[in-house]
Amino acid sequence: MRTSRSAGPARLPQVTPKPPFEVVVAGHGATVLRVCRAVLGPADADDAWSETFLAALKAYPRLPADANVEAWLVTIAHRKAIDITRAAARRAVPVADVPEPLITQRAGGRDIELADALASLPRRQREAVAYHYLAGLPYQDVAAITGGSTDAARRAAADGIARLRKTYPGTALPDGENP
Amino acid sequence: MTMNHEPDLRHALPAVTEAELAVLRDRLPAITDAELAVLRDRLAARADAEGVLDVAYRTLDTPVGTLLLAATEAGLVRVAYPVEGHDQVLQALAAQVSPRVLNAPRRLDPAAREIDEYFAGRRRAFDLPLDYRLATGFRRKVLSHLPAIGYGNTASYATVATAVGSPRAFRAVGTACATNPLPVVLPCHRVIKSDGDLGRYRGGPAAKQLLLDLEAA
Repeated sequence: MRTSRSAGPARLPQVTPKPPFEVVVAGHGATVLRVCRAVLGPADADDAWSETFLAALKAYPRLPADANVEAWLVTIAHRKAIDITRAAARRAVPVADVPEPLITQRAGGRDIELADALASLPRRQREAVAYHYLAGLPYQDVAAITGGSTDAARRAAADGIARLRKTYPGTALPDGENP
Repeated sequence: MTMNHEPDLRHALPAVTEAELAVLRDRLPAITDAELAVLRDRLAARADAEGVLDVAYRTLDTPVGTLLLAATEAGLVRVAYPVEGHDQVLQALAAQVSPRVLNAPRRLDPAAREIDEYFAGRRRAFDLPLDYRLATGFRRKVLSHLPAIGYGNTASYATVATAVGSPRAFRAVGTACATNPLPVVLPCHRVIKSDGDLGRYRGGPAAKQLLLDLEAA
C-alpha cells in the first residue's frame, strides 16, 4: 500500500499509469456521442454510444498505456455503428411511405436542420466529416478506421463539406465576413 | 468560365474555415450533461450486469468530509478521506485493482446507508461485505481485529499488538492503522497511544477526534 501523501521527491512510476475508465468516459463521452449522432442519427446514437463504451470498458485493461484513446474509441464506435445499421436493415420491413424527417419546432430549429443536412450525406462522407471534424482525428486515422487511403478519406470529408455548404447554407461564412 | 454554376467541388474546394468548423461543432444539437448522465448510468448498470465493473465508486458527504467509497464485486475495498486526494485514490485503485473503474453509486448503496446511520448515531457496528485485498499479511491481521474493539471504546497500539499475537509489533500496528484502506468502517480510530495521545490517522487528527467524540456521546 503506498502512502497517499509523500512530501519528498515522488518516486517516478516506471510506466504511465492507466487512468480509471471513468476518466475516459468523462473525457470522451460527449465527443463519441456527437460522432454517433452524426453517423447514425439521434435515434440510434444512444445505443451506439452504450455499445461502444461497454466494449471499450471490457478491452480497456489490454489497451497499451500510450494508445490514442480517442482514435481507439472512434474505431470501436465505427464498428458498432455498422453493426447497428446492419441489424436495422435486417429488421426493416418495406413500407410504402417513407416518413418525413422529423423537424421539431423549437428555438434551436436551425440545429436540427444541420443535423438533417449531415444525415443526408452519403455514409462515407458522413463518417469522414464526423471523424475528422467532430472527433478531430487526422485523415490517416480516419482512413485506418473506414478503410481506404488517406487521400480517399480527405476527399470524402471535402465532398461532405461541399455538400453541406449547399444543403445547409448556414455552414457558410456569415455575411459581411471575408475569408 | 462558369461562374455561378456548380463548380467541380472535388478539385476547387476551398479549405474549411474556422467559422464553418464552429458551425459544425456548435449548431449540431448540444449534448447536455443530463443526456450523458443517463448514458453513464446505463453503462454502469450494464457493466455490473456483465461482470466487468471491477471497481464501482461514489462519494458520500459526512461530518468528517466527503468520503470516497469504492467496492469490488467482493465488497467494500476502499474508504478515502478528502485529504488523501480522491483522484489519486482512484488512480491507485486503477493500478492496484483494475482500471475498469466507474462512478457507479448503486453498488455502494448499502455502505452509504450504513455509514449515514453510523454518523447519525443509529449504528454501532457495520454489517458489510469487505474486500481486504489492499492490505496483506500482518496489516490485514491487524485490520480484521479492529471490529473487536467495540463502539465507544479505545485500545492502545500495544494492546492490539498483543491481541493479534505479536506483542512487540506495536509500531507495525501503528502502520497498519495509519494505512487502513477502510477507515471508519474498520475502526482504526479506536486505536490510540498508551499515553492517551491520539496518534496518526489517515483522515487527520480532527477526524479521529470527531469519530471518538461521536462514539462517546
